[in-house]
Amino acid sequence: MDLYTEGDPIADTRAPDGPVETRWDRHRFEMKLVNPANRRKLTVIVVGTGLAGGSAAATLAEQGYHVKSYCYQDSPRRAHSIAAQGGINAAKNYRNDGDSVHRLFYDTVKGGDFRSRESNVHRLAEVSVNIIDQCVAQGVPFAREYGGLLDTRSFGGAQVQRTFYARGQTGQQLLLGAYQALERQIGLGNVEMNARHEMLELVVVDDRARGIVVRDMVTGEISTEMADAVVLASGGYGNVFYLSTNAKGCNVTAAWRAHRKGAYFANPCYTQIHPTCIPVSGDHQSKLTLMSESLRNDGRVWVPKAKGDDRAPRDIPEDERDYYLERIYPSFGNLVPRDIASRAAKNVCDEGRGVGPTGLGVYLDFADAIDRLGRKAIEAKYGNLFEMYERITGEDPYEAPMRIYPAVHYTMGGLWVDYDLQSTIPGLFVIGEANFSDHGANRLGASALMQGLADGYFVLPNTLANYLASNPLEKVEPSHPQAVAARRDVEERIARLLAVNGDRTVDSFHRRLGQIMWEHCGMERTDAGLRKAIDEIRALREEFWQRVRVPGDGEGLNQSLEKAGRVADFFELAELMCVDALHREESCGGHFRGEYQTPDGEAQRDDERFAYVAAWEYAGGDRPVLHKEDLKFEYVHPTQRSYK
Amino acid sequence: MNLTLRIWRQSGPDDKGRMVTYQVEDVSPDMSFLEMLDVLNERLILDGDEPVAFDHDCREGICGMCGLMINGDAHGPQRGTTACQLHMRQFKDGETIDIEPWRARAFPVIKDLVVNRSAFDKIIAAGGYVTAPTGSAPEAHATPVAKANADAAFESAACIGCGACVAACPNGSGMLFTAAKITQLSLLPQGQPERYTRVIGMVDAHDEAGFGGCTNAGECTAVCPKGIPLNTIGRLNRDYLAATAKRGDTPGS
Repeated sequence: MDLYTEGDPIADTRAPDGPVETRWDRHRFEMKLVNPANRRKLTVIVVGTGLAGGSAAATLAEQGYHVKSYCYQDSPRRAHSIAAQGGINAAKNYRNDGDSVHRLFYDTVKGGDFRSRESNVHRLAEVSVNIIDQCVAQGVPFAREYGGLLDTRSFGGAQVQRTFYARGQTGQQLLLGAYQALERQIGLGNVEMNARHEMLELVVVDDRARGIVVRDMVTGEISTEMADAVVLASGGYGNVFYLSTNAKGCNVTAAWRAHRKGAYFANPCYTQIHPTCIPVSGDHQSKLTLMSESLRNDGRVWVPKAKGDDRAPRDIPEDERDYYLERIYPSFGNLVPRDIASRAAKNVCDEGRGVGPTGLGVYLDFADAIDRLGRKAIEAKYGNLFEMYERITGEDPYEAPMRIYPAVHYTMGGLWVDYDLQSTIPGLFVIGEANFSDHGANRLGASALMQGLADGYFVLPNTLANYLASNPLEKVEPSHPQAVAARRDVEERIARLLAVNGDRTVDSFHRRLGQIMWEHCGMERTDAGLRKAIDEIRALREEFWQRVRVPGDGEGLNQSLEKAGRVADFFELAELMCVDALHREESCGGHFRGEYQTPDGEAQRDDERFAYVAAWEYAGGDRPVLHKEDLKFEYVHPTQRSYK
Repeated sequence: MNLTLRIWRQSGPDDKGRMVTYQVEDVSPDMSFLEMLDVLNERLILDGDEPVAFDHDCREGICGMCGLMINGDAHGPQRGTTACQLHMRQFKDGETIDIEPWRARAFPVIKDLVVNRSAFDKIIAAGGYVTAPTGSAPEAHATPVAKANADAAFESAACIGCGACVAACPNGSGMLFTAAKITQLSLLPQGQPERYTRVIGMVDAHDEAGFGGCTNAGECTAVCPKGIPLNTIGRLNRDYLAATAKRGDTPGS
């Protein structure tokens, strides 16, 4: 293809072999350790303070390393993990309903549509049980039964109840647990916390990650921070679509700057469109709000059977409604995985059966559950979500069904990492949503919290020690030529953004980029659409650098400047996402190519040609280089995923 | 809707600051309050003016980053709602709306509507945790927690750290914030070993950061977007009293 070239395949992911159940244990034993007395001489930079970054920074500091932590928010407690609602999976089998580590492993590999690594996913399932123990010990107030033991519920893509939760605020409670552990280490002087700081460049010295360039967002000061290793926990890139359920500040800059410095970017086209979000209400819309997947435990999804039926939902009789998920997928019903539920919603709306003022919506109806369980029980389970819905839409979901529509929510793709969570740049580790590793082409609900905390609490602290013990490093000063060059790049880029002084706002560009991506690289992609998108993105990017207007200067708090830098990186990422989506001539999980579907409209994988991770190498802005990592399935054999 | 906005503008910590009047037209009732400010900022940028700086992030009422005094009410007129979740249907056409930053000694203004709330982090660092280093946890079911305690702990743990309580308090006190964390952890068995050192440490850090004392005005709980109850402060006071009484005979304190 004219848009990329192909390089050498990735031969070694450092994953151990042997029985999958013993790989992590053996690997842990084989890894080197750092003597406690030597740890305090080693500095680790952690960028991001969400579940992955917060838990990693706290744990590394507990172990004795000197940690420098950075976040763009005004406090580490505000990272966007805080907004996760539904829950966290763990293979505790407290319900005695047939769950096990192996079943969680199986469900996750299958849920990811056979595009993830078995070794990584098994490790994730193994440590899931430790996460719950750890969080309970921190005082995380999980939901409990009357006997005082932990309650669990179901989530999409599973037939067991393995999801632990704290009402609709599980992410908040888990993050505050990690944040408090982090604050404890800050109080003890083991972590140097830098809030309102944004990483704008990675410093690579002698082919190893040795530091970052950051901007103090309050004073505008640019500084170079050096370390023995750098950990990116900077989250996902869903905001490339402008409208998403991400926080407004979420961005790809830290990961993208690392990519430009040599870290491969894997599977960028794997994005998760969450089926249950509040529909867009107008052009002013600045973000989309998720309604937790847990609602699908009790809510029933439907549209009218007839096209263009604009009667009020309660006036549509039962036999004129189409509960399409229950009809098409009788065994999983309303709890099919996210990619499947989203596409089904799109299909019924494309048929002209969508509801609400825009026709882009389906009903999520609690009438049956309220009849069966009573309003009180529904309030106890979902009260805060119902209130949030009413505040945003002005409609009462106890009386009329909710209207929902899919929205961008999570990105499975991210920086490529090996089994040790190390990128292709030695010394650069990537954890949480920022890496690509565990969810394949589709993430199951309640697995993001599990992965973030698994990486930060239990995986990275082991693998990072192995790196530090194996690679005694010379001290590097910020005056090193590579560090100076990185800093100069940052300063020049800021000056360039401020100098354009054009006639369009950053947001107007971002909004347009989002429209292009949603239309052509969203829920359904086609060859022609993706090619068109690439042309449009290139033209828009050129216009951006000629017409963007960034008021003010770089000397103090300048929110327009922050946004401009992020959008500039989103342009480059957007193009790579389209190239990746174009080259993957199959449908899998969240990546649905119109040309590749089964006769009944399900994703049609092509395991012969595409059972690999696509890891992209930056090539100076020209055609990126594709490196393939073959995926081998020894335990969970790829089949056509069926939730019928 | 057409609205008149009077917004606090302050270029930096050293500027005195002033209210500046802006007209905004064609505001949709479906817009959130922050989206209305976005529209104003887009216009200011194109007119060659500086946009209004304000803090925000998740825009779904959970990160606690946004915080505005709207017509003198922290987070505006709707109870139990952060500024980002407040929608313009709560206002009337032709209305004048005053928008100011949190004002409190412990929250200095950085620029326009943005303030520094890092004092809250210092309170947490002084004891708002359970010491449980990673890997040291016992099996989760080893210690049952009565559902009533778990639910009450959750109610206090719902605090988002936005600072509305401080902004609304006539004394600029951070007691509701501090008490919410103390209540959560003191209701759980995991929080017991550090219960009394925690309350002393956190209250000391609170006072050092320049927050005022609590005089039971109750404004804090009225504006709290998460409805943290006032009786958490009673619980803090009881624990504080017990802690000072115990201080003499607790080894190592």
